[in-house]
Amino acid sequence: MKARLLMAALAAVLIALPWMAGNYVLSVATLALYFAFTGQAWNVMMGFAGQLSLGHSLYVGLGAYAAAALFTKFGIGPWAGIWLAMALCVAAGAAIGLLAFRFGISGVYFALLTIAFAEFTRIGFDHIGWLGGPGGLFLKVEQRTSIDLADLRGTPAMFYYVMLAFTAGAFALCAWLLRSRAGYYWQAIREDEDAARALGINTFRWKLLAVAISAAMTSFAGVFFAFYYNNLFPEQIFHISQSIEIILGPIVGGVGSLFGPILGAALLTALADSLNNMVSAMGWDIPGVKQVFYGVILLLVVMFLPNGIWPPLAKRLGLERKA
Amino acid sequence: MALLEVRSVSKSFRGLRAVTRASFEVPEGGLTALIGPNGAGKTTIFNMAAGVYAPDAGEIVFAGRRIDRLRPDQVCAAGVGRTFQVVKPFAGLSVLDNVIVGALRAERHVPQARRVALGILEKLDLLAKKDLPASSLTLPDRKRLEVARALATGPRLLLLDEVMAGLRPTECDQMVEVFRALNRGGLTILLIEHVMRAVMALARQVVVLHHGEVIAQGAPQEVVRHPAVLECYLGEETEL
Repeated sequence: MKARLLMAALAAVLIALPWMAGNYVLSVATLALYFAFTGQAWNVMMGFAGQLSLGHSLYVGLGAYAAAALFTKFGIGPWAGIWLAMALCVAAGAAIGLLAFRFGISGVYFALLTIAFAEFTRIGFDHIGWLGGPGGLFLKVEQRTSIDLADLRGTPAMFYYVMLAFTAGAFALCAWLLRSRAGYYWQAIREDEDAARALGINTFRWKLLAVAISAAMTSFAGVFFAFYYNNLFPEQIFHISQSIEIILGPIVGGVGSLFGPILGAALLTALADSLNNMVSAMGWDIPGVKQVFYGVILLLVVMFLPNGIWPPLAKRLGLERKA
Repeated sequence: MALLEVRSVSKSFRGLRAVTRASFEVPEGGLTALIGPNGAGKTTIFNMAAGVYAPDAGEIVFAGRRIDRLRPDQVCAAGVGRTFQVVKPFAGLSVLDNVIVGALRAERHVPQARRVALGILEKLDLLAKKDLPASSLTLPDRKRLEVARALATGPRLLLLDEVMAGLRPTECDQMVEVFRALNRGGLTILLIEHVMRAVMALARQVVVLHHGEVIAQGAPQEVVRHPAVLECYLGEETEL
C-alpha cells in the first residue's frame, strides 16, 4: 500500500525530528502540529457534519483557563485538569448546540452564534479578577532541562512530542469516526439534512455529538496552550483571530478530509514563519504581514483549489479518495 | 387489514387549504396509487405521513399506531420509507455510501450495513455504479438511488413521490418491474404518480385527489371511468 508507506515515512520523520532539528525549528513544528490538531478538531464539526464554527477560540480558552487555574490555584496537574477542561468545553458546546439546533438555526446564523459565545466569554473573562482579568493569568516558568511530563514542564522536545501525540491521536480518532456510523450520519447531514432525517437519522442528536466531540478535542489544545506559553490573556486566547487561525489550515488543506487540516497547518505555519524571517532579515518591520499573507493564500486556494490542496494532491499521488 | 390509515386529515398553508378531510387506507401488502392534477394535495399528504408537517386535523395511523405527531426520523424508524419528488442525493458521497447511510438505520455496524446496501444496489441495477459520486448520476439513476436509499432503511411501507417522472417509457417499465418484485416480496407501496402508464400497470387500488379532497377510490379500471375523475381531468361535459 502506497498510502501506508507514505504514512510510515511521515511518522518516522516526525518522530526523529528533535534529533535532527534545533529548538527553533522544533518550535515552528510544534506550532504547526498545534494548528493541525485544532484544525482536525474543527473539521469534525464543519468538514464532517457541515456545521460552521467561527468561535473555536472559546474551547481553546476555556480549556486553557480551566487547566491553568487548577494548576496555579490548587496545584492540580494538567492531566487531571484536562478532565475539567473537557467537561467545560463539552458543556459550552452543548449549550450552543442545544440553542441553535433546537430552534433550527443553521448556516451563517449558526456561525454567528458561535462567534457571539466566544466573544462574550472573552468579555466575561476580562471581569474575573480571580483569574487575573485582562491582566492575564501566569504559570510559573521554570528553566528546566529535565522533563516533568506529569506537570507538563520540560524541554521544547517534550512539548513537541506531546503535541505530536495529540495530533496522532486526533488523526486516529477522526479516521475511526469517519468510517463509523457517526461519520456516515454526519456526512449525510452535511449533504442534505432533510434527506438524512427521512432515513431515520435524529439530526439534532448527531449534530450535538459532533459539536461535543469537536469541543472536547479542542480543550486539549487549550490545556497545551496554557502550559506551553505559560501566560493567558482573554484578549488573546478568546479572540476571533484565534478562531480564524484554527480554520485556515483545514480550509487551505481541504475541508472534510483527514489529511487536509494537517497539510494546511504545516504549509501555512512553515510559509508564514519563513516570510517573517525573510522580512526581518531585510531589516523591515511590517506589522500584520502574516495576516496579509494568510489572506493572499486563502484567496488563491479559494480561487484555484476550492476543495483545498489535499484532494487534488491525493489524486495525483494515487491515494484513496477518502483519506 | 390496513397498514396505513389516513383519517379525515386536513392541512392549510396560510389560509390556503391544501388538503380537506381526506380519508383513505392502504391495505397491508397492497400497491396503492395516489393520483390527481397538479396542486391536488398529494405531496402534502405524503409529507404529513412522513412526519415533515403535522396535520391541522385528523389522524394518520400506521400499523395501529398514530404517526402524525412524530418527526421524520421517528416515522422512518416506525417502518415508513420515503423518496422525495425533487431527488435529494448525498451528492458528495458515493452511490454505495448513500445507501449505507440508509442501511445504518437497522444495522449499527458499517460492514453489515455495507452488505445490505450492496444487495439493494443489485436489486435496483446500480451495482456497477456503486463507487461513482452520487452527483455524477443521470436523473433516472438518481431516482433509483432515491428508492435504494429508502429501501435500505428496511421499511414496511414505501412512499414513492413521482419516481417515474422524467423517465423514458422503457426505463419506466423497468421501474414498474422493480416495484412489482418488491411488492411480491411483501412490501406495501403507496405511490404518487402522474405517469398513468405506470399507475395502470402497477396499482391495485387508486385514490384520486382533487382540490385536496378524495373524489374517488377503487380499482384502476373503475376509477378512470368515474364521472368525477373524468371531470377533473378532462372538464365537464356540456351540451352544445
